[in-house]
Amino acid sequence: MIILRLAIRNLRGAGLRTWLNAIALSFAFVAIIFGQGMLRGMNKQAEDASTAFEYAGGQYWHEDYDPYDPLTLENAHAPVPPVLESLAAAGKAAPILVIPGSIYPQGRLKPVLLKGIDPAQKVVAIPTAALGDTTEDLPLLIGSRTATATGLAVGDQVTVQWRDADGAFDARDGRVVQIMETSVGTVDIGQVWLPLAQLQELAGMRGEATLVTVARGLGRTGHDRIVLNSDRVPNGAGWQFRDPEFLLSDLRQMVASKTIGQSIMFVVLFLLAMLAIFDTQLLSVFRRRREIGMLIALGMTRAQVIVLFTLEGALHSIFAAILGTLYAGPLFIYLNRNGFTIPGMDSFGFALGDRLYPAFTAGLIFGTTVLVFVVTAFVAWLPARRIAKLKPTDALAGRGT
Amino acid sequence: MENGVVISTDKLVRKFKVGRTELVALKEVSLEFRRGEFAGLVGPSGSGKTTLLNIIGTLDAPSSGTAVVLGERVESLSPVRAASLRSRHIGFIFQTFNLLPVYTAYENVEFPLLLLGMSQSERRKKVTDALEWVGLADRANSRPTQLSGGESQRVAIARAVVKRPELVLADEPTANLDAENSHKILQTMVSLNHDLGTTFLFSTHDEKVIRYLRRKISLIDGRVANDEVRSPNSD
Ligand SMILES: Nc1ncnc2c1ncn2[C@@H]1O[C@H](COP(=O)(O)OP(=O)(O)OP(=O)(O)O)[C@@H](O)[C@H]1O
Ligand SMILES: [Mg+2]
Repeated sequence: MIILRLAIRNLRGAGLRTWLNAIALSFAFVAIIFGQGMLRGMNKQAEDASTAFEYAGGQYWHEDYDPYDPLTLENAHAPVPPVLESLAAAGKAAPILVIPGSIYPQGRLKPVLLKGIDPAQKVVAIPTAALGDTTEDLPLLIGSRTATATGLAVGDQVTVQWRDADGAFDARDGRVVQIMETSVGTVDIGQVWLPLAQLQELAGMRGEATLVTVARGLGRTGHDRIVLNSDRVPNGAGWQFRDPEFLLSDLRQMVASKTIGQSIMFVVLFLLAMLAIFDTQLLSVFRRRREIGMLIALGMTRAQVIVLFTLEGALHSIFAAILGTLYAGPLFIYLNRNGFTIPGMDSFGFALGDRLYPAFTAGLIFGTTVLVFVVTAFVAWLPARRIAKLKPTDALAGRGT
Repeated sequence: MENGVVISTDKLVRKFKVGRTELVALKEVSLEFRRGEFAGLVGPSGSGKTTLLNIIGTLDAPSSGTAVVLGERVESLSPVRAASLRSRHIGFIFQTFNLLPVYTAYENVEFPLLLLGMSQSERRKKVTDALEWVGLADRANSRPTQLSGGESQRVAIARAVVKRPELVLADEPTANLDAENSHKILQTMVSLNHDLGTTFLFSTHDEKVIRYLRRKISLIDGRVANDEVRSPNSD
């Protein structure tokens, strides 16, 4: 502890140099926390939105269903297994039938996915109730992006075309009853939602679905757990459960790839700050060799002097953390609360909404501080360990290192 | 430390490699110092004074021969034991650059006590006393850059004696000082030697210092050329 006191004393004494280093390091600090906070905020926001609008507690997929291959859709439908049917009846699952089709806004063909969903469902946040509260023959629900892309507005009539179970083309006129706002592009772009029973009827796939989304929190406790994990689970019957982890993994990868450039910049900044510390230490060991000799003459061991110098270097990171907190803390708190907009955020390809709320958590800040402290200590130690080879007599005479 | 012998060297040799040749800085130096001595190593530049003080101060080890300091054999002392011996029992005063630059006079004098793990109140008392001995109690908060050369040396003396060491090693402590300051410092050391029984060993070629010595050992070319006990101010 004496050594810590000495280190702090020395740093205080070194004055400006200490503060310059600490300021440089604090930039890196703030940048790392900013970047990580953004990444985590984006992840959380995108995950929350995707969970709310699309994945809920996970999905049972028909074994042929592959969301990245529309050609699989032709065969990816089957009667909903009774166990999932009863979950749906209890309001804990929402079967969705997906079939490829087209719409003809202003007479122009636009390929879409037609998705049938129970208007009464509460499993996902899609405002399906609008499909039920209507007297329209064929009510349609679309997202705002699709509305923009097709020029469709509420009340517009549009021709919907599909192929039925036998492969024959069929068409009907539907009417847009609602346009939903959602940050989740994958339930919006190129999709048209309509009542499940009607789509089943029109396509000749009565009682069938492509996937069944189950409510959040399901599959973990009590009866639901038994339903999902027992032998009666329809895994063997051509349905496979995809848990939220699986469903969100693509999203996470996408967020990570979007932010990698940013991360590289932070690494570079951090390296520069480390270089400054390293340089200061190197100079310090050289310039202060008489002092090192004196410390040894006064009764310190070389190991203690190495610890002292290493600590001096490493303490820069603590000062940097304090400095960073002072000038960036209020900004972080503000952004945590109010979020901010990035131009072109909508085109990031994942759900962000119109404001990004970074996640500057205590864990992130503490973790970064520990990490930076450890790395700084190591970088500070590299030049300091040369003291081990320094003879005290040479040091006192100003020779060596 | 039988018979009050605090330092004894026997056929002490210290060689240095200089390029491909070997330089012998100390040639079979055999000396003994007793507790309470006020002795000086004198001799021309390069005669081996600093080299001998460094070995006695356990900062360096002999090439051959033995040196026993305060009961410890220097040539076989581990770094940790040597550090502990220095921090407890040996005080150093150097010719120049004596003080830790970023510390105040007070903090410089306090430093050895911090290393000994002394309590705050104990430290405060001892540091204040030591600064009073050297007449610098009013400069406690000055930094080395704000002190004159003589004042710096007096702070260094206070630091060397604050822990009441057995032995003070002073390597040309007056080399940068004028006559008045030299005398002040020497008088301070004489009274500490007298009051506390501390053993002082100097290296010097300064006549002003030599006048105060009670024992004068002449080193020439790494050998003890003369070793005389004298009454101070004899000339
Ligand atoms: N580390 C070293 N490497 C090589 N030679 C050294 C080393 N230290 C001392 N010497 C040599 O040993 C001899 C004695 O040096 P020392 O410093 O002990 O002399 P000194 O009596 O203290 O001289 P001065 O009065 O100038 O301080 C000198 O010739 C010096 O060059
Ligand atoms: Mg010398």
